[in-house]
Amino acid sequence: MNFVSDLFRNIGIWFHTWLSGFLPSWAVLLIDYVLGGIILLVGILVAVLFVIWVERKVVSRLQDRLGPNRVGPWGLFQAVADVLKLLTKELTTPDGAEKISFNLAPLLVVFPTIMILAVIPWSQNIIGSDLNIGVLYIVALGSIGVMATLMAGWSSNNKYALLGGFRVVAQLLSYEIPMVLAMLSVVLLGGTMSMQGLVEAQGGGFLNLPYWRVFVIPLGFLVYFISALAEMERTPFDLLEADSEIVAGFFIEYSGMKFAWFFLASYINTVLLSAIATTTFLGGWQGPFVQRAPVLGIFYFAAKTLLVIVFIFWIRGTFPRFRIDQLMGFAWKVLVPLALIVLLLVAVVVKLPVSPLVQQAILFVSNIAVLLAALGLLGRRLRVATERQRLGGRI
Amino acid sequence: MLLQILFIVFSIAVLGLAILTVTVRNMFHASLTLVGSLFGVAALYILLEAEFLAVVQVMVYVGAIATLIIFAIMLSRNIMRSDIRSANDQWIEGLVAAVLLFIVLGLVVSRTGWQTVSAAAPADAIPAIGSALVGEYVIPFEVASVLLLVGMVGAIIIARERER
Repeated sequence: MNFVSDLFRNIGIWFHTWLSGFLPSWAVLLIDYVLGGIILLVGILVAVLFVIWVERKVVSRLQDRLGPNRVGPWGLFQAVADVLKLLTKELTTPDGAEKISFNLAPLLVVFPTIMILAVIPWSQNIIGSDLNIGVLYIVALGSIGVMATLMAGWSSNNKYALLGGFRVVAQLLSYEIPMVLAMLSVVLLGGTMSMQGLVEAQGGGFLNLPYWRVFVIPLGFLVYFISALAEMERTPFDLLEADSEIVAGFFIEYSGMKFAWFFLASYINTVLLSAIATTTFLGGWQGPFVQRAPVLGIFYFAAKTLLVIVFIFWIRGTFPRFRIDQLMGFAWKVLVPLALIVLLLVAVVVKLPVSPLVQQAILFVSNIAVLLAALGLLGRRLRVATERQRLGGRI
Repeated sequence: MLLQILFIVFSIAVLGLAILTVTVRNMFHASLTLVGSLFGVAALYILLEAEFLAVVQVMVYVGAIATLIIFAIMLSRNIMRSDIRSANDQWIEGLVAAVLLFIVLGLVVSRTGWQTVSAAAPADAIPAIGSALVGEYVIPFEVASVLLLVGMVGAIIIARERER
């Protein structure tokens, strides 16, 4: 029973001691790291295949149709069929394209997303590398992906790709700021930048539930979730890659396997940003009885991440998309002030000389108050703008 | 031993990519090698156990400054032709200035008494950096913030649409 209660860690320890029996310690370390990397990589690829199937099913049910149901049971192997099709397509290169960056851009888009995998805490003892600057590492890698999409858009020698590339960069850079500020509020509450430390700070209390940051700073979670939707370029922020708008935006000229890399990067980004939302706001692997049986942690983590992902697909099937100027205005005029207010509230309340439970109650109440005030202000502006439009002006 | 090998590899990467940056004909490839060189500097910071500085280097230099350089190159079309020579007629004067600068830098580096500490780096440097920024070094911190704000406001004013 004790072996099962921390199953994966005990398997790892048994494997390590078995290897140390007949290999020098540097070889054991090397094999440990290489095997860990391979497991993470294969795991995320299988998860992406599953998430693609979940997306197609959820969106199709929301649109009152069945979705893929031919290839494999319930259409589970549809993604495999898609990959086989993409493998057989010709890799075209447009005339006049900048060859080095045209071929380098798909790689540079995928690598930062895979590198973020190393710092996500899957369970209490399962983490690639518990950096003490985990949150900063994630933000830095996000900024590399921005440069790669710019290269992809420009090196295609195509005006629409260039336009799409510039708009994508503007959107990604604008929405990175509220996202980072929301994560910073969680870092202030947790007192550490290490991802494992942030999850451990959300433990304790009744069934390990009450200290989850979503119950402490719900406005922060809302700001982070909306910014993450924009960072993944998902509806309602997918103006730049929707087929009816700009025909795939900055990766118009990519075909076959190079397109598959952009597709893969988009889905890995979705899974990872949901995992980061789970880690920072929803309590990561915390849940009932996780101290007695740490193996439950990975199930709680997977369940929460899947919940966030299905919610994102639900939003995709429901809302229309924003125009580019509405998008940018929303980021700079609404999300950044809200994120700054949350940061200010957290910074002030954390230093008050009251017990942590009272601090959390104050934060929760003030978050709801600020959210209602912001909704009231936005509602009033919307009413004024609708009146103006009705009388012949423009919104 | 392993650290020595890593240091040599990363130094060769930084210096080699930097040399490529100034000799490559195509400006866009030059900016890509510059990005590689900056990554190499971040790797050297990690070897020195300054992880915070390494991540900030990637975030600021690669994520912001290199992106802006690439933007500037992309928006000016005639830099991209590869028949533009990367050297002009004053290369002898440039060579003399570079050799003199090298001699001055070499003398300064070799004659400074570099103080080394024998204690190990603190395991968690971030609280120390944080309290130093708002404690001992608060005036440079605030002055840098005001400088960035002035730059941002100036850029917005210059790029604003003219109100009719």
